[in-house]
Amino acid sequence: MIIELNLNGKQVAWEISPGDRLLDALRMDQGAVSVKRGCESGDCGSCCVLLNGEPVNTCVVPAIKASGQEITTLEGLAEDELMKKLQSSFLDSGAVQCGYCTPGMLIAIWSRLNTGGTLTEQDVRHALSGNLCRCTGYAKPVEAILKVWEDKS
Amino acid sequence: MSTGCNVPKIDGDKLVRGLPAFVDDITPAGLLYAKILRSPHAHARIKNVDATKAMALAGVVDVIWHKDVKQIPHTRAGQSYPEPSPYDYTVMPTKARFIGDRVAVVLAETLRTAEDALKLIEVEYEVLPAVTDFTKALDTDVLIHEEPDPRGISKGGESNLAAMIDVHLGDVDNALESCDVVVKRVYHLPRVQAAHVEPHISMAWIDEDNRLIVRTSTQVPFHLRRMLATVLEMPESKIRVIKPRVGGGFGDKQELVCEDLVSVLAIRSGKPVRIEFTREEEFVAARLRHRQCITMTTGAMKDGTLVANRMEVLADTGAYGSHALTVQANTGQKTLPLYPMENIHYHVDSVYTNNPISGAFRGYGAPQGFFALESQIDEVAKEIGMDRLELRKKNHINPGEDDPISAHLNEGKAGMARRMNSCALAECIASGAEAIGWNNKQEPTHPRFKRGIGVGLAMQGSGIAGVDWGAATIKLNDDCSVNLFVGATDIGQGSDTVLSQMCADELGIDYDKIVILSSDTDLTPFDVGAYASSTTYVSGAAVVKAATKLREQLAEVLAVEWDVPAEEIIFADNKAVCGSHSMTMTEVANFAFYEAKIQPMATASFTSDDSPAPFAAQFADVEVDTETGQVFVRKFVSSCDFGKIIHPLMCEGQVDGAVAQGLGYALCEEVHVDDEGRVLNPHFLDYKIYTAMDMPEMKIIFHETNEPSHKYGVKAAGEVVIDGPAPAVVNAIADAIGKRSYTIPATPERIWKLMKEIS
Repeated sequence: MIIELNLNGKQVAWEISPGDRLLDALRMDQGAVSVKRGCESGDCGSCCVLLNGEPVNTCVVPAIKASGQEITTLEGLAEDELMKKLQSSFLDSGAVQCGYCTPGMLIAIWSRLNTGGTLTEQDVRHALSGNLCRCTGYAKPVEAILKVWEDKS
Repeated sequence: MSTGCNVPKIDGDKLVRGLPAFVDDITPAGLLYAKILRSPHAHARIKNVDATKAMALAGVVDVIWHKDVKQIPHTRAGQSYPEPSPYDYTVMPTKARFIGDRVAVVLAETLRTAEDALKLIEVEYEVLPAVTDFTKALDTDVLIHEEPDPRGISKGGESNLAAMIDVHLGDVDNALESCDVVVKRVYHLPRVQAAHVEPHISMAWIDEDNRLIVRTSTQVPFHLRRMLATVLEMPESKIRVIKPRVGGGFGDKQELVCEDLVSVLAIRSGKPVRIEFTREEEFVAARLRHRQCITMTTGAMKDGTLVANRMEVLADTGAYGSHALTVQANTGQKTLPLYPMENIHYHVDSVYTNNPISGAFRGYGAPQGFFALESQIDEVAKEIGMDRLELRKKNHINPGEDDPISAHLNEGKAGMARRMNSCALAECIASGAEAIGWNNKQEPTHPRFKRGIGVGLAMQGSGIAGVDWGAATIKLNDDCSVNLFVGATDIGQGSDTVLSQMCADELGIDYDKIVILSSDTDLTPFDVGAYASSTTYVSGAAVVKAATKLREQLAEVLAVEWDVPAEEIIFADNKAVCGSHSMTMTEVANFAFYEAKIQPMATASFTSDDSPAPFAAQFADVEVDTETGQVFVRKFVSSCDFGKIIHPLMCEGQVDGAVAQGLGYALCEEVHVDDEGRVLNPHFLDYKIYTAMDMPEMKIIFHETNEPSHKYGVKAAGEVVIDGPAPAVVNAIADAIGKRSYTIPATPERIWKLMKEIS
């Protein structure tokens, strides 16, 4: 079957199989390699993208559900000012070790920062609670995010 | 100087932007997908595999089983040759020895087709009785390995003993009789999984020169090349192993896990082949930290003098003996020197069972040993009525003292004596105690909670003495940029960055001049790989040596030009200077190329008979909910001596990550295996690792020492800090509730039962 959607601002259409997961459709068919495979059960957050602006774990979303929708991956936020600040804060704060979970973490927190409101350390931890990281112990990612938030507000 | 500074992580930019960097991010044209059919039986002979139906499925390219692959005994442990692990594995075993063992492998045009084809394979098994209780593995007629180990490390063919160690120093029996108190306790340690977020993944293809190219997520590219040559019966010259970015390893990738299968299938099909583990396969068929039962008998005098220690370890290595000897050697070698005693007895039985395979995992046996030892010290202190910290201060190892045991224990051969030439353990204890509020315990935050403080000390090593080595090649270019080629393996810990820092400083140039290429067996010199906390110390020293040689080449050229002695030329701050002579390093590079017409380039190797110990004093402040048994870690302090720090932020990151893993070990992580040998919780849903919400307030303190055996004064950082969390937390729980768990993880259920005195 044909799936048609808006991927990172571009209208794309391609052939998928009925059971394909959004993870595989984006990663393997569309080459969006920032969408990482970690658990395939919706637990680790490595494959997080924005579906109509909301973060979702693509490994538990059937690809066909994204038909006609808007998908944004980290590739699509390459020129976004807030994302660039987050990325450089991650680098400056030592928040990247192996970097495998980093794209998913960045998508999740970018989405949270864009909802506005107040943001405490606990809020940041809550926003990251769906992203498993085995290298950093989360301390430096949390620090990196709070720095961006303080600069922003 | 870039060492000691937080320079940009050299591979950070591409990672933070999600650019193609990992094995799976680049797809060779015509890639085929392999999936493994795994045994549903814990112990069964594989009599026949009928793949007729599977092969008939459109898109299936190949199905292999043991009839298709030569039986060549080897170990899959990624260790230096000769590997001190039994040769008990073949690429496709004729007998399944655990639920999840390899039975057949399907190759297909798509992942989905490969998965579908697995269901069509018909297997005839002869089911055998299984041994899953590791306490009974030596007391059964069931023989898991019927063939003798060619090198006699295991007792294959005779018993289920995969490895044995027995070391006596002094006379423990006599010494115990003369002690004021003798404390004997039994500690139980769970199986846990490394849970790197990137699963095991390997690709292989045959290139245009008919060579096998293996692109894989590994910690040991050079060991892999050697091991693949053995199992494939190919010359090493026909094999190239490339390690791109790795999404975490933690020891679990110090192993040949999928590389042999992708290679066999690529050779058979002539096409590129990919295998990636699912998360479930990680829990079932990758490696687990060894489950151990440790009995410790310690003799002490009333004044707090520790006199004798007997440590008896029973370890479950599972179906195969990867690291069966050496992990358990490390359990004693890393822990027993912490409190040097004249009388030590260390005994290990590492046994085969029909359970999933154990192997290397950060700390490599030491987390088990330190849980036992540091719990035991609290028990001894209680018995003689002494403060827990005072007993430690009275007995711990100090600068200039000798490690009593390392000469007797090492990677399966004679060990190396070790003296503590740098040791700030006393300072670590003092600052850590201050930071946690040892003498100023906080009140519980709720009437239902009880609060306690605990400590765990630890020491580790910096590489394996007399075994580990690495090499580096440095090439200067005409614009003064530098290519640094190292075998050392960056798996996310940041070794490419710290090695570049040392290279830059040694050449007297800026860090951003360094272009590093690591871990490609065709292009870089050898290194044993990323394990045993070796890279900064061992591989770093190789880089420093190579840089020194390169500098000498430049000095020779300038000495002629300037008519000065070569050894008087100073290279620093991007300049070469001697008296009134001076050139920028860019001018020096240009001069070397276009006047002297030489390619400045040098290679050096480094190995060490020493393995200087890093130290840590780790403290936990916990609250226990007396109604539920839930433990909340409120604050965690790590006070550390890693020698000189090359990159402070990345070093802190090593502590943060190790503590997160160590707290999981203490409180919530356990791979549950039932009586039939089946993993019950092979997903993150029911195998809980720490999330951002679970982490306590963290405090990290560095006491920098200058380790004299290394030019930059460094020691290791990666492993020692995973040792302290479990004993610190459990000691804090005991402080809070007055009762001790001898078993981890200290789950709410266990703690609740302990409080209610329900066994």
